[in-house]
Amino acid sequence: MFFTTPSGMSRRHFMSHMAGASAMVGASLAMNHSLAAAAATLRANNKRCILMWMGGGPSTIDIWDLKPGAATGGPFKPIRTTGDLEICEHMPLTAQVMDRLSIIRNMSTREADHDRGRYYMHTGYVPNPNVQHPSYGSVIAHELAEYRKELEIPPFVSIGGGSEGPGFLGMSWAPFNVDSNGRIRDLEMSVNEARLQRRLASLQMLETSFISENRGVAAAEHAKVLDKTLQLMTSQQMSAFNVAQEPTAVAERYGQTNFGRSCLLARRLVEANVPFVEVNLGGWDNHDNIFPTLKDQRLPELDKGMSALVQDLTERGLWQDTVVLWMGEFGRTPRINGNTGRDHWARCWSVVAGGGGIKGGIAVGKTNEDGTQVDGPSYSSEDLMASVCQAMGISLSTTFQSSNGRPMKIANGGKIIKELFS
Amino acid sequence: MLTMLTKSSRGVRPALDLVFSFVITFVLVCSSNAQSTNAQSTNAQSTFEPTSFRSGSPSAGHSNASVPAQVDKINELVRKSWADFNLSPSALESDAKWVRRLYVDLLGRIPSPTEQREFENDEAEDKRASLVRRLLYDDRYTLDYARNWTTIWTNLLIGRTGGTGNDSLVSREGMQKYLRDSFARNKPYHTMVHDLITATGSTKPGTENFNGATNYLADKVNEENATLATSSVSKLFLGLQIQCTQCHNHPFNDWKQDKYWEFNAFFRQTRALRRFVQGTDDISNAELIDQDFAGESNNPEKADLFYELRNGLVKVAYPVFVDGTKIDPSGFVQDVNRRQELAKLILGSKFFDQAAINRMWGHFFGYGFTKPIDDLGSHNLPSNAELLSYLADEFRKTEYDQKQLIEWLVLSEAYQLSSKVNPGNQRDDPTLGEVPQFSHYYIRPFAAEELYESLLLLTRGTGEEDNYQTTEEQKSAWLQQFSTEFGTDEGDESIDFSGTIAQVLMMFNGDMVRAATRADGGGVLQQIIQDPKADVRVKIERMFEAALARQPSRKEATAFQQLVQTSGSPVEGLEDIWWALLNSNEFIFNH
Repeated sequence: MFFTTPSGMSRRHFMSHMAGASAMVGASLAMNHSLAAAAATLRANNKRCILMWMGGGPSTIDIWDLKPGAATGGPFKPIRTTGDLEICEHMPLTAQVMDRLSIIRNMSTREADHDRGRYYMHTGYVPNPNVQHPSYGSVIAHELAEYRKELEIPPFVSIGGGSEGPGFLGMSWAPFNVDSNGRIRDLEMSVNEARLQRRLASLQMLETSFISENRGVAAAEHAKVLDKTLQLMTSQQMSAFNVAQEPTAVAERYGQTNFGRSCLLARRLVEANVPFVEVNLGGWDNHDNIFPTLKDQRLPELDKGMSALVQDLTERGLWQDTVVLWMGEFGRTPRINGNTGRDHWARCWSVVAGGGGIKGGIAVGKTNEDGTQVDGPSYSSEDLMASVCQAMGISLSTTFQSSNGRPMKIANGGKIIKELFS
Repeated sequence: MLTMLTKSSRGVRPALDLVFSFVITFVLVCSSNAQSTNAQSTNAQSTFEPTSFRSGSPSAGHSNASVPAQVDKINELVRKSWADFNLSPSALESDAKWVRRLYVDLLGRIPSPTEQREFENDEAEDKRASLVRRLLYDDRYTLDYARNWTTIWTNLLIGRTGGTGNDSLVSREGMQKYLRDSFARNKPYHTMVHDLITATGSTKPGTENFNGATNYLADKVNEENATLATSSVSKLFLGLQIQCTQCHNHPFNDWKQDKYWEFNAFFRQTRALRRFVQGTDDISNAELIDQDFAGESNNPEKADLFYELRNGLVKVAYPVFVDGTKIDPSGFVQDVNRRQELAKLILGSKFFDQAAINRMWGHFFGYGFTKPIDDLGSHNLPSNAELLSYLADEFRKTEYDQKQLIEWLVLSEAYQLSSKVNPGNQRDDPTLGEVPQFSHYYIRPFAAEELYESLLLLTRGTGEEDNYQTTEEQKSAWLQQFSTEFGTDEGDESIDFSGTIAQVLMMFNGDMVRAATRADGGGVLQQIIQDPKADVRVKIERMFEAALARQPSRKEATAFQQLVQTSGSPVEGLEDIWWALLNSNEFIFNH
């Protein structure tokens, strides 16, 4: 089922059943919290974030930090941009919006395994068997929840990929995964109101009883996810997922590719005030034959979607409120291997950030002549996350209590990349 | 004998004594029928002779068949850790809930109402033990047992998406056929692993030289010098995460990069050859072969490979096992078949036994002795090293009889305990990052396949045929909607299932639940509703039993009867209650 809200039923009506259900069993789950979403005036925070996640580890030495002439440089040439920096010739459209984006060229990390790198770049923490850390989307959704009480759709949406989980924040902060068409299955129950009421009342009674048996927190987490699902099933806001409503001209601009549609869907979602959207473009694990793959496949798709997103957000007046971040789990080896590919490389690589008040058009930091190490100070995943939090208006003194009672600083105590805010 | 222990946990001692005396009784009673269970496993045909490089008597611990000493010993060692950590164990789980747990863990589905009742009505004192043996050895359950373990191992060996992509050389059907046959015959674990590591032949059933075991490596040897084979084999069968050392020395232990490439060298004779459908470009199947490896410097007598250090230096590697054992570096298959040598070395490693135990324990208890279960080594010491190594030794002595191992685990005291915690073991909670001590059962959501099979059981009528292949294909298609790949060359995948909105939507509104909640759908609900002898109260009780393995509380009974009375029709009311039961946390958790 696509984009349908339960026919013939208003949200208020639906939720009133839930209130009835609570009365019946004499105990209340969190299922009706949105009823209480009073219009209390809070300090507004309309910031959003879109993360473009490049699964596999993109070759940033070929895209954002070229080394023409060096043995490690590869065949691509740099071109000028609207910013104060050069990028790859196969990113001509993005070159036109670089006045709004900055490249952090001195990222230096240690995780060069896909799983570990994905975890570290998403959470700011290295994997630890005893604690599951929350990822960007979960942290931001959690922190901005109080400013989004009117939001009925999930605050953390991942398009075309799985992202990383909510860790100790719990499953109710997990990513909501959709494909680039925004398709959501099984959205409609198609029973009448009276039956729906009975079903929910019965369910509520069973949930509550099992939770009260003291068998572990997972039972209560399930009830919270039920709550979120009910909200979503009845919300008019779900039309934000209907990317097919966009005019053809707009869709063309983003590119008729999965990534293009994903970027367009991301724009629709941030327009609907979803605080965090992750857009996935995989296929960057280019151990073999890297240059034709980049030139003919990855870069054209990326260039079109990324540039259209920046331009569209700007035109719609969303740029100042939307942080845009581009990264993968690591970069790739400066040395070109025997299969004309590049392998995993975390020691020095680039990420891109802009929007939401982040300064555009500059290159932060630099690597040496052949791109084998950072020249000068370097930044880490923690620093990047701290900077995104800063731009999002989330206090860096925020501390979480992990499930084992340990205090966990947001962004793992990273330091702000000050060049982005000068 | 299954009276619940009361919370007499003022201090650990009294509670432990109670449990102790119970367990003694329990073990004595339930083992009296434990005739040698070896008979079944010895039928399994071995493709090679495993005992030649193994010491230890295969029948030790089992010759005196009446008492499985292993259960006693497990209890002793687990109890020791409770005492060390000052934990009082939870009460014993009721029969009704325990039988549900056992079916899910052992057969991958909940028991049918008939099976549930059959067990509850059994008045024999050793009914738990005899049920375990029935599920393991009775022909009626062979198919269920084999299906469940085939599912588990298919996911381990080729993932949920293996064989579903266009360019995959894997035949999912072939993989499953091999595993199904192996589990149905209770093929010894080491024989199975040997098959998987050394297999040659065709991947697809019905083709010449078909050998389903080839599917494990078919997609892992051609690309990138068999790095996938390297990391998968070491992780699955040795519990060693050497993949970190592909590009650099291991951050947490003393493995160097050479270890990875020396292990990798064992796979360099192996290729998966594509076979096409005649006259087309469509891949029909693949053939896994071993061929002479000339080495990267073209010297087959001493076939080498090169790898690069992070500083750009290039080094050479030959096949060397993780314990330092070298084999003849010749690349000629007739001199030395590298995969055969590797299989021998793996089967002789102590990590082999421990990795198997850790995985099996993790399956039945929710957590292994290390986190993650496939990361053994001096940097990650097991939580109960004595128990792990005891079980590893015993498992080897049975010649890797998986059914015997399962029997020990599920009859052990820890597996009988309730998931309800008490003040004396509340802190034994691995979700809080604590090291698990197994003083209560840890609840966990059903795996996607367990939920599917359980819903299927409730939807399907009693007389309906179970067409294995059709069911598997439908299940696989259903699972695809929850699977995502990460876009890396390593084929990492994740399943967006347990506890997600997508899962709740599926359970609220999806086709399977719609079918299961229709009074005329032919399933369990229809049988209950149509029974003319049962009134509404009894029908509701039966629904609770079928879905949750318990009776409704008085409050629930009253509320749900009222609900039926106020419904448009009694049938609708019962359908709605059934919907709620299937959607409840109590249904979708194994607990």
